[in-house]
This record gives sequence, C-alpha cells and structure tokens, in this order.
Amino acid sequence: MSGLVRTFLLVFIVAFGLMYAVAALNSSEGYSGGNTLTIYNWGDYIDPELIKQFEKESGIKVIYQTFDSNEAMMTKIKQGGTTFDVAVPSEYAISKMKEDDLLLKIDHGKLPNLKHIDPDFMNLSFDPDNAYSVPYFWGTVGIIYNPKMVGDLTFDSWEDLWDESLRNNIFLLDGAREVMGMGLNSLGYSLNDTIQEHLQEALAKLSELTPNVKAIVGDEIKMLIANEEAAAGLVWSGDASEIMDQNEDLDYVVPQEGSNLWFDNMVIPKTASNLEGAHAFINFMLDPEVAAQNTEYVGYSTPNKEALALLPEDISGDERFYPDKELTDRLEVYDNLGPRMLSHYNELFLEFKMHRK
Amino acid sequence: MEKAGLVVMEARARNFYLVPYLLWIVLFVVAPILLIVYYSFFNVEGEFTLSNYEKFFTPVYLRMTLSSFWYAFLITFFSLLVAYPTAYLLTRTKHKGLWLLLIILPSWINLLLKAYAFIGLFGTYGFVNAVLELTGIGTKQLLFTDFSFVFVSVYIFIPFMVLPIFNALEKMNPTLVYAARDLGASAWTTFRRVIFPLTLDGVKAGCMAVFIPALSLFMITRLIAGNRVITLGTAIEQHFLVTQDWGMGATIAVFLIIAMALLMLLTGNRKRGLIDIAKK
Repeated sequence: MSGLVRTFLLVFIVAFGLMYAVAALNSSEGYSGGNTLTIYNWGDYIDPELIKQFEKESGIKVIYQTFDSNEAMMTKIKQGGTTFDVAVPSEYAISKMKEDDLLLKIDHGKLPNLKHIDPDFMNLSFDPDNAYSVPYFWGTVGIIYNPKMVGDLTFDSWEDLWDESLRNNIFLLDGAREVMGMGLNSLGYSLNDTIQEHLQEALAKLSELTPNVKAIVGDEIKMLIANEEAAAGLVWSGDASEIMDQNEDLDYVVPQEGSNLWFDNMVIPKTASNLEGAHAFINFMLDPEVAAQNTEYVGYSTPNKEALALLPEDISGDERFYPDKELTDRLEVYDNLGPRMLSHYNELFLEFKMHRK
Repeated sequence: MEKAGLVVMEARARNFYLVPYLLWIVLFVVAPILLIVYYSFFNVEGEFTLSNYEKFFTPVYLRMTLSSFWYAFLITFFSLLVAYPTAYLLTRTKHKGLWLLLIILPSWINLLLKAYAFIGLFGTYGFVNAVLELTGIGTKQLLFTDFSFVFVSVYIFIPFMVLPIFNALEKMNPTLVYAARDLGASAWTTFRRVIFPLTLDGVKAGCMAVFIPALSLFMITRLIAGNRVITLGTAIEQHFLVTQDWGMGATIAVFLIIAMALLMLLTGNRKRGLIDIAKK
C-alpha cells in the first residue's frame, strides 16, 4: 500500500515539476500572459506550419485548441473560463452567438488583407457588413460516390440515393440539419423549411431511404468511404476532398435540386483578452499566400480570390469544389431556426434513425 | 471508566471517518441527481414546464426506451453466458492472478480505441471477413448490425461480469460441493442446487454492473451499430450536445435513474426470496 502511495506521490511531484519547468521556460522566452493568443478551431482545420510562421513573425505564442461541433464550441465559450481570442464557427452559429452577445466587433481598419476576400462572400445574411466575422473557408453538402460501385447513377439528383441498386450501400453524416435538409431538398422544399406538413413529408421520404442506409456515422465516414465500405455517402465537400485524396476512384457531386452552402468564419469571442493579437492573426490568415497554403493543406474552398489565383489550376478550376454561379444560386445557407425548431428537427432525425430495415 | 472513554472516542472517530464519504455522496451523487431533476422541468427556452415529461410518453421515446432495455438485456444475457463458465474455470486454474489479469487487461484500454479496432476487424475488407472468405463462408456484413453491436458490447462488459462471479465462487466453501457429491447429487444437480444459488449474489452484482451502463451506451451505437441501434443514451447525448435541449436530456436521464432504482429494488427482493428457497 505504502508502495502505491509513494508511486503516486512521485508521479505528482514529477508532474508539478514539469509544469513549473514549462512555465519557467515560457516566461524566459517572453511567452507569458499578454503575449499569447488562444485559437479555437475545428480539428485538423489549419496547416500547423502556418501557426509556427505566425509565431515567428509576430512574436506571439499561439495556444491552439480544437472542437468538433459548433454546439460544443458555443457551450465552452458561454461558460467562459478559457480566454479564447479567435474562434471559427459556422454561419448559423455566428448568428446565434451574436444573439447571445458572445462576439466582439471586428475592427476592419486593422485588417488590410480583408480586401482579398471575394465580395460574394462578404456581407451575407448571417452577419451584415461582416461586423463580427471574417470568411475562413466555405463549402457545400453533397454526395461522394464510387463510380465503380454505382452502375449508371450520377447523383445529379438526390433521387439517385433512393435507387434500389443501392440497398444497404450508402452512409449518411450524423447531422440532423444535413439529413433533414436532404429530405426537404429532394422534395423541392427549402432546407430551412419550418412548415410541419413539409417536415413530416420529408421524414416519410427519408424513411423510404432506410433500406439503402448502411449506417449513419460521424467523422469515421471518411475512413469508411475511402475503404469502400459503401458505394456512396452524404458528406461535407471538405471531407469529400480529403476522402478523394485517399481514394482516387471517388467522385463528388452536389445534386441539382439544391443543397446546403456553408461558411466557417473567424470571429473574436467575448472571452478574448488579446485583441491586437486576434486582429493580427486574422489579418495573417487573410494574406493570399498564407490562405493559399492553408487551402492546399485543408482541402476546403477558400473565399480569398487572390489566394485562389495563386492555387494550381487543378484545385481552383475544380467545379466540384468551386461550383459556378448557376449552381451556387440553388444552394441555401442554414438559417438559425431557433432552439425550438432545431429541437424538433433533431426529434424527427431521431425518429428517422429508429426506422428498422 | 477508561473503557467507556475509548468507546466514545471510537464512535467519534467513526463519525469522523464518515465525513469524506458523506461529502462525496452529497457533492457527486445527491447534488447531480437533484440538478438533473431540476433541469428536467425546463424547456429549451428556459421556461418552467412539464412538457418534457409529456414528450417522453410519445411513441418516439417509448420505442427508444423499449429498444434500450432489449439491447441491455441481450448484452447482459450474453455476458453472463460467457462470464459464468469463465469465472468457474478461473477458480480451477493454477495461476488465478495471471488469468484474472489477462481478463481485466482489455479494460485498461480506452473504449473508443477498442471500438475503432473493431471497425477495422469487422469491416468489409477486415480481418474477420478475410478469414470467412478463406473458410469458404464468404464475406458477410458484420459492421453496423445488431450482431456486431451486441458482440462488441459484451466484449467490453465481460470483465465487469467475471469479477463479481469469480469473487463469489472463490468465497464459496468448497466442502459444500464435496458434501453434495457425497450425498449423491450429480454434477448438474450440485451446480443447480448448491453452486449457483451460493454465487447468485455475484451474478446479480455482475448483471447490475453490466445492465445499467448498457442501458445508456452511446458511442458504440454510432461507431459499431452505425446509429442503427438507438438507445436512450444516444438521445441524451444529442440533447445535451447538439440541440442544447438540456431539459429533455435531463428528463430522459430522470427516467433512466427511476428505471435503475426500480431494477435494484426488484432484484434486491428477489434475492431474499431465492435464498429462502435455497434454505428450504
């Protein structure tokens, strides 16, 4: 017993010693209090080299933390505790955070690089005049499929997912808005529809899809589709590009009836303590060369038109990830439907998940 | 005089030792449960209401409850089926400590890692299917089926079933078994009338340790069952993390707590009953 106690004591002493050593080292290098910047981003959503480059150029020590859903991120920022200086929420989360008074205004005077952003991505409905947010990446929701496994289907229409040849052969993303949105879009309704009959109709339509659905999964969807566990899947465009890097046979398409267009923007949450640093970081990420390098690493679509010009033709000319105006006009951005409606969407989604084959 | 003083001191010391335990119970058991009950009376907009409880009695949640109990039952049943003979064999082996360690060892590894490992093993091009292909059975869909869900859950819960049964078997006086055999009981009768009743407490403890967490499993339902199995645990997770409807999540949790309390009460009573029968 005393041996056990001694072991634990030793572990504690070593741990505290190391913590102290890290603190001492940080302060000796000038990394302390006011000179750090805490960034809160999605996992694997920035080229780590760029963080190093920013640290070198600015002398600011970056503390990088990640989240896996907008909701988890909002909860943590609401609770306070950590002084996040920059966060990267999606559009509906930005409008919710604005409502909840969780964001600080962004000083455009400190962002000379903002001029590189394509005006199409500025001044959108969720944040007029970009008072609170600056575009980081954007993308779509669509279908990734394996042409070798689907016969003649092209997935130009959502309807193709319902095809009988795909029995037990598709994966869906585990997201209420995405799956319900697909159901609504396939019927020609808006994916922000809140009319009860339309939602029920969408649920009925989705339940017909049940025999084709092999599984409804989270991030594993990338690995599973790359390993050809199923012929097709409903995914985010960025995930699709990552999957296609791993398995070149696959293709991605956004169905013609319309789908979701989403944006992840950089914001400065209320918790920020280093405003200068936050603006410097945002400005740094808007630099065309930096944005181009980041785009190549992350694989999502950049809203930075100067960066796009720097990218090789096989990325910037790829219509699957930089669709033309005709298609983007048919895409919709998620509205903040309010907690009650969102809850209802989730209940319908749960009901859909419970359908047995 | 001295003796009386000692007794008082002992009593005082005993009360003193109770403090950490009471503190623990109040802070980490009673307070959270009260908080859950409190939250369950608020809707998503923060208004006081009973609508969450109403909602629980709609077909969606009732069916979910039913399926949670069904799968928890299956998991417990198969765990017991595997664990009892294992525990019995363990008490008969030479290096009990080593074997026991080998059985407990997998529980040192993070549950998610194990789940991911099973995705690899059970995949269409995974190891298990490669073996099936070699043996001429052919590739089967293993992942995202009821089979794989129950299998992986049983795998994860087995140590919790083996340990209490093993302890009960160890505590059992072996002379009782010899006596039964001497008196002419067959091996099966000895097991049925002597060994099993005497280890029933261990079986119950094991069933509780498996059934209750199995009721609220959630990560495995997505990773292994691909959300084809929806349990109350999944719904709680969604309400807390995605919809932020803490009230509904808390309401489901309240029903789970009630169900578990009822279960414990019921099995507690039956225990006394069965021992009485054994005595007769």
